Amino acid sequence: MILDAKIPDGSIEDKWSNHKFSNKLVNPANKRKYNIIVVGSGLAGGSAAATLGELGYNVKCFCYQDSPRRAHSIAAQGGINAAKNYQNDGDSVYRLFYDTIKGGDFRSREANVYRLAEVSGNIIDQCVAQGVPFAREYGGHLANRSFGGAQVSRTFYARGQTGQQLLLGAYSALNAQIARGQVEMYNRHEMLELVLVEGHAKGIITRNLVNGAIESWSADAVILATGGYSTVFFLSTCAAGVNVTGAFRSFKKGAGFANPCYTQIHPTCIPQEGDHQSKLTLMSESLRNDGRVWVPKDPKVSEQLRNKDIRPRDVAESERDYYLERKYPSFGNLAPRDISSRSAKEACDKGRGVSYTGFGVYLDFEDAIGRLGQPAIEERYGNLFEMYERISGDNGYETPMMIYPAPHYTMGGLWVDYNLMSNVDGLFVLGEANFSDHGANRLGASALMQGLADGYFVVPYTVANYLARVGAGAPDPDGPAFKEAKASINDNLNKMLSVQGKRSARSIHIELGRIMWEYCGMARDDAGLKKALQLIPELREEFWSNVRIPGTGEQLNIELERAGRVADHLEFAELMCHDAHDRDESCGGHFRVEHQTDEGEAKRDDENFSHVSVWEHQGVNTAPVKHNEELVYESVTMATRSYK
Amino acid sequence: MKLNLRIWRQDGENSAGRLVDYKMDDVSPDSSFLEMLDLLNEDLIVNGDEPVAFDHDCREGICGMCSLTINGVPHGPERMTSVCQLHMRHFSDGETVVIEPWRAKPFPIIRDLVVDRTPFDRIQQAGGFISVRTGSAPDGNAIPISKEVADYAMDAAACIGCGACVAACKNASAMLFTAAKTSQLNSLPQGKAEKDRRVLGMVAAMDEAGFGNCTNYGECQAVCPKGITLDFIAQMNRDYAVASTKKLFGCAF
Repeated sequence: MILDAKIPDGSIEDKWSNHKFSNKLVNPANKRKYNIIVVGSGLAGGSAAATLGELGYNVKCFCYQDSPRRAHSIAAQGGINAAKNYQNDGDSVYRLFYDTIKGGDFRSREANVYRLAEVSGNIIDQCVAQGVPFAREYGGHLANRSFGGAQVSRTFYARGQTGQQLLLGAYSALNAQIARGQVEMYNRHEMLELVLVEGHAKGIITRNLVNGAIESWSADAVILATGGYSTVFFLSTCAAGVNVTGAFRSFKKGAGFANPCYTQIHPTCIPQEGDHQSKLTLMSESLRNDGRVWVPKDPKVSEQLRNKDIRPRDVAESERDYYLERKYPSFGNLAPRDISSRSAKEACDKGRGVSYTGFGVYLDFEDAIGRLGQPAIEERYGNLFEMYERISGDNGYETPMMIYPAPHYTMGGLWVDYNLMSNVDGLFVLGEANFSDHGANRLGASALMQGLADGYFVVPYTVANYLARVGAGAPDPDGPAFKEAKASINDNLNKMLSVQGKRSARSIHIELGRIMWEYCGMARDDAGLKKALQLIPELREEFWSNVRIPGTGEQLNIELERAGRVADHLEFAELMCHDAHDRDESCGGHFRVEHQTDEGEAKRDDENFSHVSVWEHQGVNTAPVKHNEELVYESVTMATRSYK
Repeated sequence: MKLNLRIWRQDGENSAGRLVDYKMDDVSPDSSFLEMLDLLNEDLIVNGDEPVAFDHDCREGICGMCSLTINGVPHGPERMTSVCQLHMRHFSDGETVVIEPWRAKPFPIIRDLVVDRTPFDRIQQAGGFISVRTGSAPDGNAIPISKEVADYAMDAAACIGCGACVAACKNASAMLFTAAKTSQLNSLPQGKAEKDRRVLGMVAAMDEAGFGNCTNYGECQAVCPKGITLDFIAQMNRDYAVASTKKLFGCAF
């Protein structure tokens, strides 16, 4: 596996401009000769498909939902970062770049992150022009709020539904191109295989989820924007359909998978209630602007709260531990996600948790309501309070909310170079599905930024470079490579359908999730990971010998869809644990209990692990092989992260 | 809690459907409605029956995928709540709950409770956008937009495109859905240039897809999980009247 990051020469400020200039171009009249497949219609996929269509390429875009507007980017609540410095508080491209590198615990690729910060302002301009109704001040200018890991206010937002508004912006741009005939949209189609022709990604195989048809699609290049893989934990903040299949099948076809162990556990989610639960609901991190996180100092008081013998308001101020403010005075409740999550776990592990399961801490708005009045808080977070009440039955204005960390975002993903192309020629990977920008921890309001940066402002340039190099000529979709891929898909589906065992795919997924949460969740260690590496293959065996999928493959079959995704998770989970085991250091969201400071902070080992771990598939039941991309920091100095 | 479920089962668009009874004995009041259906499906699968197909995805009230009519009401009994955020604590022990798909001619049933809502996409493709080339936008603060206008646009933009409005309407009208988008874009300065084309195009697409017209009953507003109001329909009617008059007389502004 050759890993050439293709980072352009020049100073960090000039790299992207120089690169755009030295890139090859496809002339306007020739663009129509090229076909591009985009898998996924979220912020990254939707914006890429729209922009490439607008440029004149013939685009086919696929999504598993019934409409491209429903991709899970829609659920992002809080906001999107941009280095506009509209608040005059000292923000700059360099500061956003530095905050993101530092937030990622010095495990992301410098040049990519700088470019992300550089185009961040264009994203806001583009979205405003599309009619995205960002929050505004009375003077008519754009409003900002603060987010974790930053001391400037650079987050743009649209109430508590920034993701939906940005996605509808990209969807509207996509619709304009669908209407022009430049983009063909395929809803309710799931990618099941990547097809390589002479080593280049030249097509995909999909299953039509309505009638079960297995179809071949060929193109000059394939763009994956298939999102993350937090559903490996079963319980996560992700949509039910989120899956690793597109990325994982590409991995099995030779694409390197980078840093799969980097997962983000989001600190502000509604705690788990019981075994019936199908997902965990996130509440925007923006709540930490005004909410104060605390638990009682004394575990006995926590016990009384758990038993509902006393109410939270009965706990005297002097009895409360506002642990984030205590431990990180300069960032306080706005400490980055990994640190906030781990602190909550630590408090609960010491018996100070307050929800009835013992895994919950308070997020209290009493002070903010006293200071600003309830109407101001309603204006800022009203919909989040409503959502909290709908799910928990409690009124967050009257009693503190309860929160606990939950699997959310995955920083790992398919390895890409500076052009966002994987090690497989012609396979581009955007958004959460790639690995490059967030290192070992993502800061809040940066996922939306990255998805749109990749789709609107990066891949439209870099894909041309590849296309101009190889020339136009999508292969025959009935050619041998496609026939073979189709046959293998059919075999796999038939094999799954013919097991006819006794267990649902969901029950196996729940079991997998428990293994992953226990051994590869917020804290990991050598023994636990070894245990997981033993349990996962056993569970995979259980799946292939005991899963039950009613119905046939030639119909809308929700269990067949689910089972296919679970089957891939059962292989992928092992890859994640291999990576977590191999990375014998703590960094960002990857916390190995063997490596911590006296105060319980993540302890990096730059000497041995200042690299991207890129895994190459060797076959199921065979350990993958690791390759390294060394991380070189030319512009910033690696330092111990401190938010104190 | 115990529940008697009566669920619409239908194999495909052209098959006959029927209501089938199921009993649930141990439902947690803290579980969501969809989690209750997950458990039902779990039982069905283990017993060798086919599970009930229903659409769902984000399960946090924003993607608009879930689409069940519960006891005759799209999204069920709680106001401003989509099915995925409806919890069983709002039902009583021993209750009979009837679960049906969205019922509207332009939304044919694909299977069980799953319907085809692609006509909504076609309406959006007929003008639900502002034409702006990527990278050509002026600075985000170049055009000040008053907070009132921005808030109005945001109120309209809150629509999640679930289609409950159509399912609730006796005319199967998509006017609340369409009006939400025209009102969002037409109210903003960036969207004014295409205002007339937009409303004419989207209304024509709506009619072509077979949705009915509005007769002001307000059922759509009552079931909308995002609180989109009839005011937007009035706004769309005004925009439409202006645009068609201008078209009739061939005037440019």
